[in-house]
Amino acid sequence: MTEITIPELGLVVLVGVSGSGKSHFARKHFTPTQVVSSDRCRAVVSDDENDQSATGDAFELLHFIVATRLRRGLLTVVDATNLQPRNRQQLVRIAKDHDVPAVAIVLKVPLKVAQERNAARPDRCLPPHVLPRQHRELRHGLKSLSREFHRHYVLDGVEEIDAATVVYAKARHDRRELTGPFDIIGDVHGCRPELETLLTRLGYRIERDADGRARGARHPEGRTAVFVGDLVDRGPDTPGVLRLVMGMVETGDALCVSGNHEDKLVRALRGRKVKISHGLAASLTQLEAEPEEFRDRVRTFLGDLVSHYMLDGGRLVVAHAGLKEKYQGRSSGRVRAFALYGDTTGETDEYGLPVRYPWAEDYRGRAMVVYGHTPIPEPEWVNNTICLDTGCVFGGRLTALRYPERELVSVPAERVWYPPVRPLEAAAPDASAAGARRERDVLKISDVHDLNGVRTSLLGRVAVREENALAALEVMSRFAIDPRWLVYLPPTMAPAAASSLPGYLEHPAEAFEAYRGDGLERVVCEEKHMGSRAIAVVCRDAGTAADRFGVDDGTTGALYTRTGRAFFRDPARTEEVLDRLRDAIGAAGLWDELGTGWLVLDCELMPWSVKAMDLIRTQYAATAAAARAALPAATAALERAAARGLDVADLRARTARRAGNAAAFRDAYARYCWTVDGLEGVRLAPFQILAGEGTSYAAARDHLWHLRIADRLAAADPSGLLAPTASRVVELASEESEAAVTEWWLDLTENGGEGMVVKPLGSAPAGGKVQPGLKCRGREYLRIIYGPDYADPENLERLRDRGLGRKRALALREHALGMEALDRLTAGEPLWRVHQAVFAVLALECEPVDPRL
Amino acid sequence: MLLTITTTAEPATDLGFLLHKHPDRVQRFPQSFGTAHVFYPEADQDRCTAALMLEIDPIALVRTRRRDTPDFSLGQYVNDRPYAASSLLASAMANVFRTALRGRCDARPELAASAIPLEVALPALPCRGGPGLAEELFAPLGWRVEATPVPLDPGFPEWGDSRYVSLTLRGTLRLAAALNQVYVLLPVLDQAKHYWMSPQEVDKLIRAGEGWLADHPARTTIVRRYLANRRGLVRSALGRLAEAEDAPEDALDRGPIDEEPPAAGAADETAGADVADGVVEADGELPAAPPVPLAERRIAAVLEVLRQEGATSVIDLGCGSGKLLKRMLADPFFTRVAGTDVSHRALTMARRALQAVRTNARWTVFPGALTYADDRFHGYDAAVLMEVIEHIDPPRLPAVERVVFGDARPRVVVVTTPNVEYNVRYAGLASDAMRHPDHRFEWTRAEFRAWTEKVARTHGYTVRHLPVGEDDPEVGPPTQMGVFTR
Repeated sequence: MTEITIPELGLVVLVGVSGSGKSHFARKHFTPTQVVSSDRCRAVVSDDENDQSATGDAFELLHFIVATRLRRGLLTVVDATNLQPRNRQQLVRIAKDHDVPAVAIVLKVPLKVAQERNAARPDRCLPPHVLPRQHRELRHGLKSLSREFHRHYVLDGVEEIDAATVVYAKARHDRRELTGPFDIIGDVHGCRPELETLLTRLGYRIERDADGRARGARHPEGRTAVFVGDLVDRGPDTPGVLRLVMGMVETGDALCVSGNHEDKLVRALRGRKVKISHGLAASLTQLEAEPEEFRDRVRTFLGDLVSHYMLDGGRLVVAHAGLKEKYQGRSSGRVRAFALYGDTTGETDEYGLPVRYPWAEDYRGRAMVVYGHTPIPEPEWVNNTICLDTGCVFGGRLTALRYPERELVSVPAERVWYPPVRPLEAAAPDASAAGARRERDVLKISDVHDLNGVRTSLLGRVAVREENALAALEVMSRFAIDPRWLVYLPPTMAPAAASSLPGYLEHPAEAFEAYRGDGLERVVCEEKHMGSRAIAVVCRDAGTAADRFGVDDGTTGALYTRTGRAFFRDPARTEEVLDRLRDAIGAAGLWDELGTGWLVLDCELMPWSVKAMDLIRTQYAATAAAARAALPAATAALERAAARGLDVADLRARTARRAGNAAAFRDAYARYCWTVDGLEGVRLAPFQILAGEGTSYAAARDHLWHLRIADRLAAADPSGLLAPTASRVVELASEESEAAVTEWWLDLTENGGEGMVVKPLGSAPAGGKVQPGLKCRGREYLRIIYGPDYADPENLERLRDRGLGRKRALALREHALGMEALDRLTAGEPLWRVHQAVFAVLALECEPVDPRL
Repeated sequence: MLLTITTTAEPATDLGFLLHKHPDRVQRFPQSFGTAHVFYPEADQDRCTAALMLEIDPIALVRTRRRDTPDFSLGQYVNDRPYAASSLLASAMANVFRTALRGRCDARPELAASAIPLEVALPALPCRGGPGLAEELFAPLGWRVEATPVPLDPGFPEWGDSRYVSLTLRGTLRLAAALNQVYVLLPVLDQAKHYWMSPQEVDKLIRAGEGWLADHPARTTIVRRYLANRRGLVRSALGRLAEAEDAPEDALDRGPIDEEPPAAGAADETAGADVADGVVEADGELPAAPPVPLAERRIAAVLEVLRQEGATSVIDLGCGSGKLLKRMLADPFFTRVAGTDVSHRALTMARRALQAVRTNARWTVFPGALTYADDRFHGYDAAVLMEVIEHIDPPRLPAVERVVFGDARPRVVVVTTPNVEYNVRYAGLASDAMRHPDHRFEWTRAEFRAWTEKVARTHGYTVRHLPVGEDDPEVGPPTQMGVFTR
């Protein structure tokens, strides 16, 4: 009985004459979607399985399906005669292009059997000469199979075909079932003393043989070490390192991938011709001193090393020189070459060393990639990848990464064991602290263009329309600040339903009612400052800005608007605001209390006229000026007409009322305008602490916490820049509580306040799409939005009929995106992931909704 | 909202016959956007005043538009229409005084045909261009013009004047002529976006210009301003983002970039001029031999450099409306041409321009932004950034450098930008002003040189500098060009 071993991801090519039972075999061993049949493709393109004139098109379709499935990582079986090497080579080429193995299964039946089977099928009428010819082709073609395929099986005769079984073999790199925790260790290069120290520091207990040599190590908590390769060469004790690591791998305490140095060493040990560099020569000499069985063990160990491992459900990839997403989980010559040697640009640097292709900067995969190979002074995060080769053998350090903790642990080299060709610092002249994030101010257009929406944890996929994405792209590229600072954009907020109280378009009662309807017991009402929204990103110092945000030009944060523009054109003014915020955060003790070196704050900046002056001039003040010029003239004309005895009483009354409305309108906007001089007169009211290192406070804390912190910030600011935000809690079951807060709102808005925002407290009931906030704007303020005469009864009646559905849906979607951006930011995800969510908020802001809502 | 017409002709009350409105009655005329009232504040033998007062219903104004697209800018809800003498007032005039506008008066035909002493008052007239423009437009028609600017907000004297004037016109004219002139010139002075005007109304207004518009010295300005601001009724995505930013609706829109500020006394040339010429026949208005515009010299200089460098495949980064692309397509030297811009409006124009060119070259235009690395920028001999970098905020410039010189890395990069030293040669430009409102900076020759050399050093290019336009011995050329090669 033949047992056929099939890779879980690969191409299976069935080979056999017409009537050899390929389709039957395929049906028996594979699922219908795995099998791509040439007959079926012929039928698809011609409505006739036997139409030989459609063969060309049929195979084009077949190849397309095979390529698509392989690209998507699906096992694929080709059911066609595949008798001629030429046909098979096309398929093997497709497998190669997708870096998967190809396996052939040959079904051989006697000519007579094939002839009988074909004769029994009325739909098929092969000319008599065809089968004998196929039979000959099969015989001749068999010789080349071993060259063409990774493996091939020949099933000779009907019985053997029927008896064959298929088993799946997992690829050797596929260890997704291992979930760690892991300690991933950088390039050791024969530095046994440092390795022992590092393992001890990581908590491993080293086992020694009779001669006191380390031969294994085990972590009491069951952690697994993962070596990124280049254990050997250059250093003082390559055999010692190998003894230790081989022992750990044999007992299951470690995994190891091959480095380029292992690759060369094993070839040298096998007696192949390799260029013996100085480092390799040292290893060979050291190994010479070991007994033959040790060298055998080394040969086997090195020869068995895989190019990369996929671990922890596919979330972690370890490869010596890194691995781009396309190659993860694949196996081919070029995958192995990339994993062991990396990719180079073809150019060489001033030291004559090859310039490495910066694959990590382009990396957009979800898996974390941990690698070594290129010595650097300090490990840096680049798009969820990190290099751990800190050049121990060159006198640097030996570094490990704890996974999933993302903590770096390292020990210094005991000495320079091998002189570096290129000074370590020269590799990265602007090196920053260990574990810093290197983010460029350039993202890729594919990060934001042709987005099929953005996945959010709150709402699933949020779609972005093409035309909105283009408008957002224009605004983002022409006006927005450096994307490294642009980590969040605030969502829009819906108002409460229209009030039915006389004289009111908005009133707290509707907001309370809405949240009661959502099943909430408490809400908090926050004073709504009337200024301009401002997001502040504040770092404790320039070093934090460089390490956490990758901005190393000395700026320590940003202050930007709802569409991502710098709030102040003058960078010095921004730094001044950041200084004061920083001082307040420090004085309030928040850096230590929250354990972070940076914070993102949601604020309102006043006065409104700082940012909106252009709009105030052209729209609000202009309207009031026109009214001021026109209405008195109209009144005078009407008075003279009345004096003549004409009946203009109604018109006069209306005109007088409109003059009063226009004056109220003027007062409404003028309240939010005042002259500032530098920061003199400017007020900034932080009302939410969006995020800090490791925590999205927007998600993790309730609004009362945010308001308490905001109060502490305002209190800790001696400069008078920071303003507190007044608030009241409402027990929705208590009429008294509701009445008290309504009174507060009336008071606030009668005294010129914009109004308030009502936000939920306590956990929202599951499944409900509860608005993150509802705004209740004051009667006078709304004149700015709805026009001077909006509150006249006949106008108000019509304005109450306003559709809120779109606005509410938009508010929920933008909220989900905003929270997603903060989640990604605080989870330490790469910038492009954060930027996607932020960009989508901007795109959604282009959705057409009633701008008065 | 208010227009008064006074005459002192004897008997002044004949004004009622001319307007076909009885001086002793108060009349209402429903309009789609409110109600027009006509009444006479005074009606004596020696002096009679008719008032047209328009009571606008701001909510109806918006709601008469399609209900299913509630997509209006805030400016359509909160605006000066209920108070100012705008095109709506003109529209109401056409409706209420239709017969008088035609100059017909069966009761007093001789009066309708003769010039009479008139006084027309508009207390809140939007007048973009200030009192001077009102003078310029009305004085040639025989009016004595009194235009007083209205302050923006008396509580904030530092804000200065509004765009409104209180206008009084005095003169001896036929009433019909006076009415027609006011009717046409109201929207011209206002120059607001005509959300509320249908194309038929535009035609009506052009007809009202018969007999006086063709001879008016400022007729081109009148017609251009009249037509230039007709807009689509639905605000654009950019408009919505501008509002999110608390900025005027069109704040993010970028005008044509082929900017060259007027030298002393030069005629202003903008997009509307072509339209104006179509409506009012312009004959012999242009100077005999106009100098080659700078934009044209820039294109010629860029083409020359590309040719010298043997760059047959070129991508125009920031292609705008496609002027350079069009020239490359027409030139068989270029075999593959691409253009990208972040403005949707510009790309639409570029696409339209290129489709009209017969060419063998392969071409494409696509939306792209220079602050994002883009594989579609790769694979060209040369990249051109013609008048582009000065539209980028200086802190974002390094990102653009990385995208163009670090990532796309064509063999040749051509960059042009204004030479700020030359600005003193533009008499029409204020001393601290830039050549275009969207410019984020304008560099001296030394600043440009320092930048180009830094970029070349960082990315492994060599750079040479060329003047574009007349190379002034003192201040250099109007445009400076850097040619990077590697």
